Amino acid sequence: MKAERPVDLPLPSLFAAMPATAVASILHRATGVVLFFGLFYLVYLLDLALADPAGFERAAAIATTPAGKAALWLILAALAYHLAAGAKHLLQDLHIGDSLVGGRIGAWLSILLGAAGAALAGVWLW
Amino acid sequence: MTPVASLGRSGLADFVLQRATAVVLAAFALCVLGWFLAAPVNHARLAAFFGTLPMRAFTTLAILALAAHAWIGMWTVGTDYVRRHYFGRRHALYLAIYQIGCAALVFLYLVWPLAVVWGVAR
Ligand code: HEM
Repeated sequence: MKAERPVDLPLPSLFAAMPATAVASILHRATGVVLFFGLFYLVYLLDLALADPAGFERAAAIATTPAGKAALWLILAALAYHLAAGAKHLLQDLHIGDSLVGGRIGAWLSILLGAAGAALAGVWLW
Repeated sequence: MTPVASLGRSGLADFVLQRATAVVLAAFALCVLGWFLAAPVNHARLAAFFGTLPMRAFTTLAILALAAHAWIGMWTVGTDYVRRHYFGRRHALYLAIYQIGCAALVFLYLVWPLAVVWGVAR
């Protein structure tokens, strides 16, 4: 008998089975890449907003459309997480919290801080 | 083997650079974010904020830090994934294309915001 194709891999449960440290690590990478491309939008807005008062109004209009806000939120949320996990990284480079247990605590802390930052950014924007 | 297109000439130099630039970027991000949270934002205030000499200098430092940090970071990501194992025989070509794309964007992030903060007399 032929196997059913395509096969759906149980990705959500694979993700859930990852240790927190693995999730924290891949999120740091993903948010770094998001920031790299998101920066284009930020520089564009800043360029407009600094040019003259009319440009500022245009930037504000773009940034307050639903899509403009969603993009800002994504970037701010990514920044919050990348910052928290980056700070954790820097501390661990100084051998603070670089034990196995410390690593787990740090991973959870940066995920929580990132989530809090994302929530605050949402409150600020909407 | 020398890692082609690493920014410093060694992995250790890149490691240290990425950490030093991370500290600068964190300070800059918190500074700008704090300003946005504290102030009513309009063109005049924004221009006054970014127009002071210390802020222009700090922004310039952050732009330079960003170029190094982002290049090293994106280089690491590229060399992790764009390999023979995933991309087959022409992986080196794909990696080169990826790196040229990243370099172009890094260059844009270098000159564009520099022009924004220094260019206009205000
Ligand atoms: C704002 C623009 C930023 C961009 C575009 C950016 C981008 C990136 C990228 C693409 C990576 C590579 C990720 C990896 O190799 O897995 C990275 C790594 C890193 N980032 Fe950022 N980053 C930014 C800001 C920051 C800030 C503010 C911090 C400070 C806390 C920071 C701390 C780090 C650290 C410590 C690493 C090294 C991680 C490692 O070696 O695995 N970054 N960043």
